[in-house]
Amino acid sequence: MTDGLDVAALRADFPILGRTVRDGKRLVYLDSGATSQRPRQVLDAEREFLEQHNAAVHRGAHQLAEEADEAYEGARSRLAEFVGVDAGELVFTKNATEGINLVAYALGNAATAGPEAHRFVVGEGDEIVVTEMEHHANLVPWQELCKRTGAKLRWFGVTDDGRLDLSNLDDLVTERTKVVAITQQSNVVGTVNPVARIAARGREVGALSIADSCQSVPHSKVDLRSLGVDFAVFSGHKMLGPSGVGVLYGRRELLETMPPFLTGGSMIESVFMDHTTFAAPPQRFEAGSPMSSQAVGLGAAVDYLSVVGMDRVAEHEHSLTEAALRGLAEIPGVRVIGPTEAVDRGGAVSFVIDGIHPHDAGQVLDDEGIAVRVGHHCAWPLHRRFGVPATVRASFYLYNDLDDVASLLDGIRTAQKFFRVG
Amino acid sequence: MQLQQMYQEIILDHYKNPHRRGLREPFDAESFQVNPTCGDEVTLRVKVSGDTVEDVSYEGQGCSISQASTSVLTDLVVGGSVDKALSTMDAFIELMQGRGQVEPDEDVLEDGIAFAGVAKYPARVKCALLGWMAFKDAVAKSGGSTEGAS
Repeated sequence: MTDGLDVAALRADFPILGRTVRDGKRLVYLDSGATSQRPRQVLDAEREFLEQHNAAVHRGAHQLAEEADEAYEGARSRLAEFVGVDAGELVFTKNATEGINLVAYALGNAATAGPEAHRFVVGEGDEIVVTEMEHHANLVPWQELCKRTGAKLRWFGVTDDGRLDLSNLDDLVTERTKVVAITQQSNVVGTVNPVARIAARGREVGALSIADSCQSVPHSKVDLRSLGVDFAVFSGHKMLGPSGVGVLYGRRELLETMPPFLTGGSMIESVFMDHTTFAAPPQRFEAGSPMSSQAVGLGAAVDYLSVVGMDRVAEHEHSLTEAALRGLAEIPGVRVIGPTEAVDRGGAVSFVIDGIHPHDAGQVLDDEGIAVRVGHHCAWPLHRRFGVPATVRASFYLYNDLDDVASLLDGIRTAQKFFRVG
Repeated sequence: MQLQQMYQEIILDHYKNPHRRGLREPFDAESFQVNPTCGDEVTLRVKVSGDTVEDVSYEGQGCSISQASTSVLTDLVVGGSVDKALSTMDAFIELMQGRGQVEPDEDVLEDGIAFAGVAKYPARVKCALLGWMAFKDAVAKSGGSTEGAS
C-alpha cells in the first residue's frame, strides 16, 4: 500500500493481472499508456448490457431500445460530469484518433457548408500550430488538412529536458492561426503541458484550440471547461474502459455550427431526395449505429475511477513515477528521455540504455514478465528531436505498485548483464 | 529462460561485429526499408556482375536481430549467383514465418539457422526480415529476378 491506495485490493478487480506470462512469471504490466486493463466492473457492465438491454441505440420504440438508449446516454452523462462539461458537448467516436479527424475534416468541409460555418473555414494564409511532441494522431490529420486547404503547419519545439519551448508563443500563435492542437500530457516523455495558457493565447487571436487529453483524463482530475479549450479528445481503452470507443468534447456553441464529418443515418433531421438537414449535436456527429456496450463499459470505468478518486490516482502514480525516475538515475548507462523530475509530469517514463537497442531491452524485460512498450510510440518526430530511433517506455496506472517499479529496475540490470554492457 | 534460444551467440557476434557493414561504391541498386512500427531502418546496396552477387553493403539502425540478420545475409549471398541468393532468401523467409515449426537446413542457411528461435516471437520476425526485404527490392531494381521469392 502506498499513499492511501490499497493497490492489492484494486488489483483483485483486474483478472488479467492475476495471470502469469513467459513460463510462470508474475505479469508486471507497465504498458497502460498504450492500453489499460479492465476491471471486472467494466466487463460485468458490458455483459449485463448485452444480456439484458441490447438493442440498436436511437432507433427503436420497444422496451429494449428504450433501455439501450438510456444506458448509452447515461454513460455520456457520467462521462460529461467526469470531465466537467455538459452531456450535449460530448460525442462518442471510435477512438481519439477519429475524434481529431472529425474536427479536421469538419473544418475542411466548412468552406462549402454555408454561412453559419464560416468561422471554421481554413484556407491559404491560415496557420495550424501543433507541437513537436504530438502523437501522430494529433499531427498527421493536421498535416493532411493543410494539404487539402493550403494552410501552413507550424509547431512548438521541445527543449532538451522534454518541455515545450513556449518562448515564441506570441510569434507562433497569431491572427493567422486557425487551430492550436496540443497534447495535454506527452505519451512518451510524460510532460504535462500548460494547455490553459496556450488555449488562452489562442482565444486572444481567435484560434480554435484542441487538446489531446488521452494521457491526462485517465490519470488525473481534468476539468475541460476550466482548461479553456474548444475541443478535446480522449479514449476509452486507456482509462479502464473498452476499446472501440473514444470521446470528443466540443464547446456547445461550436458543435452547434460545425459541419459534420461522417454523414448517413442517425445524424439527420430531415432527408429529401436532393438534400438533408442535420440533427443537433452531439447526434450530428454520430453517424451510423453507434457502439453501445463499449460506451456502457466506459461509463462503468468512469464510475470505477470516481470511486477510487482521481486525485488519489494521480498522487499514487506520482509516487511511482518518482521512484522510477530515482531508480533509473541510479543505473549507469540508462538515460531518461524527458523530464527527470516528477514535476508537471505524468507516469510515462521513456529511456534508452547504452549498448542495448530498445527492442532487445524490451525482449529481456518480457522474458522477466515485464510488459513495456518499445519503439517510437507513435511520436516519431519527438524521437528524432532527441536523436534516438526508439525508446523503452514504462507507463504506470493505479494498479501498479512499488514492486512493479523494482521489477523494472531489476529487469534493466538483467538486460545489461545479458548483453554484457553497463 | 528462453532468451538464449533467441539471442544465440552467433546473433550477438554478428551484432557486435557486423560483416560488410558500410555503404560502398560501385553499386547497381539501393533500397531503403523501414519498419514503421518501431523505426528500425536499413539502406542496402547490391552490386551484381553477370549472374553473380559481387557485393552487398548496408547501413542502418535497429535491434540486434535486424542488424545481425543483415550481416548474415551478406555472408550467404555475396559471391554466389543471384538465383542461389534468392532461393536462400526463400528458405530464410520460410524459417522466419514458420513459428518455430520449420527445421532449418544448415547447408543452405549457415549462420542463418541461429534465427530459428526468433521465429517463435511473431513481433520480432519483421526485424529479422528487414535486411532481406531490402535485398529483395535492390535485386529487383538491379534487374535481377525475384520470381519465386515470396
